[in-house]
Amino acid sequence: MIVFDRVSKVYPDNSRAIDEVTVSIEPNEFVSLVGPSGAGKTTLLKLFLAEETPTEGAIYYDSNNIHDLSRREIDAFRRKIGMIFQDFRLLPNKTVYENIAFTMEAAGRTDEEIETDVPHVLELVDLSHKIWNFPRELSGGEKQRVAIARALVNEPDVLIADEPTGNLDPANTYDIVQILKRINDLGTTVILATHNKGIIDLLEKRVIAMEGGKIVRDDKSGKYFS
Amino acid sequence: MFATKLKRIIRTGFFNFWRDGTVSFASVLVMLVTLLTIAFISFGGAILDTVLGELSSKIDINVTFVTAAKEEDILSIKHTLESLSEVSLVTYISRDEALQAFKERHANDPSIISALEELGDNPLGAVLNIKARDPSQYASVAQFLQSDNALSSGGVTIIDRVNYFQNKAAIDKLAHIISSADKLGFALTLFMVIISMLIAFNTIRLTIYIARDEISVMRLVGASTNYIQGPFVIVGIIYGLVAGLLTLLLLLPITYWLGNTTRSFFIGFNIYSYYLHNILEISLIVLISGILIGSISSILAIRKYLKV
Ligand SMILES: Nc1ncnc2c1ncn2[C@@H]1O[C@H](COP(=O)(O)OP(=O)(O)OP(=O)(O)O)[C@@H](O)[C@H]1O
Ligand SMILES: [Mg+2]
Repeated sequence: MIVFDRVSKVYPDNSRAIDEVTVSIEPNEFVSLVGPSGAGKTTLLKLFLAEETPTEGAIYYDSNNIHDLSRREIDAFRRKIGMIFQDFRLLPNKTVYENIAFTMEAAGRTDEEIETDVPHVLELVDLSHKIWNFPRELSGGEKQRVAIARALVNEPDVLIADEPTGNLDPANTYDIVQILKRINDLGTTVILATHNKGIIDLLEKRVIAMEGGKIVRDDKSGKYFS
Repeated sequence: MFATKLKRIIRTGFFNFWRDGTVSFASVLVMLVTLLTIAFISFGGAILDTVLGELSSKIDINVTFVTAAKEEDILSIKHTLESLSEVSLVTYISRDEALQAFKERHANDPSIISALEELGDNPLGAVLNIKARDPSQYASVAQFLQSDNALSSGGVTIIDRVNYFQNKAAIDKLAHIISSADKLGFALTLFMVIISMLIAFNTIRLTIYIARDEISVMRLVGASTNYIQGPFVIVGIIYGLVAGLLTLLLLLPITYWLGNTTRSFFIGFNIYSYYLHNILEISLIVLISGILIGSISSILAIRKYLKV
């Protein structure tokens, strides 16, 4: 279970990106995070991954305060989270294969697992033919699919997808949403930040709407208001 | 698990070194300059040692004995002197040998030779030539020679004169120059080594700065500190090793060329043959310096970016 308890984030330039957010997400839930650009969606996800520290409040995962974890515990926690970054954040000097293999190596998986799982997950995002390319040789949508594959490959407990379909065409978008749904069905908690109204309507899952760093609506039925 | 991890770290290190070709090339070049500096500093130390040693060995003191002195008394003084810790070598020159040397020195001067023949008897006393281990120790040796116990045979002194007292000013000055040259050499070495290490460190820091985003991504996918840091350390070690081997190779032609030029400056010191003679020691110094500078720089430079 994920709990945000009265969390605020003020960036060094004094902009208040998150303002007293309290929300909890159950295991195996599928939650969409919507809101206009600059609403604080990415910031909220960064706080959960402990990339940023909250200015006030606390974030709990399985009743552990994430920002009280030791270095080792943070590393172990992050290995249980699959994150698809809005800006992809691929390793520029590694091939597609190595980018995904790196995450598996970091999680201590064996060479055999890596050799079978990497091609498999690339097939899932329909990118098998680019396996030996470097990120700079890929289109935006292809990079995005590598980022998705990397987040999926370790079968995380929580999958965080920050605008994962922003660069994809409708067909690819549909495929990715189906993958997210299937993963959720297999028991993974999914948090999806998106602007895409079509996706939300398609999903019919819980929708949390943010604006100006606050949660303005939390709707179990799954409609995109705004 | 540990073996797999180590294998992966080393493999990634080699890959990164190879892929970042330009960066690696530049870093190796800078490291090469650093290691050449370190190598030349050690040569410089050796040259300084030889030159100073040469100078020191030119300093000695002669004790001239009265002509009536008995050989056994002189030899017993020689024996006592040799037992002193300050003294490294005592040479006995008998009266006959002294005369022989004198004649040879003045072979072209018939008036002196004929004067000597007129005299009939050998006017020269026997001499003990003393070399101290260190130029600063002549004073205490001279002191010893003046004290009664060393010099008296039945209460009568058999020493005619000790030339230290005539040359005291010159000897002291030379001793002073030698000791300050030694100190200056050490300070300069330390300074140069630190400067060149800082330059190498900054270059490596720059290469890691370039990779800072990558490092933060590795952190965010949950890679452990060792796993992120390891390949950078390996790359640092490769920089050091490659630059070290290049340094050792380059030193061959450089010292060969310098050897021919420097021989005339530094009495008897040939930098090329010095290099060949001490190649093992110099290789160790250069390679270990390279490895240490490379790996420690990486560890220090990456710390900042591991905080994500
Ligand atoms: N590192 C930062 N320093 C200062 N301000 C920041 C920083 N990161 C984000 N912000 C600000 O915080 C606010 C929220 O940003 P955030 O990226 O969370 O928005 P978002 O909801 O993800 O927007 P988008 O839909 O465009 O991705 C914005 O006003 C942004 O300018
Ligand atoms: Mg965002």
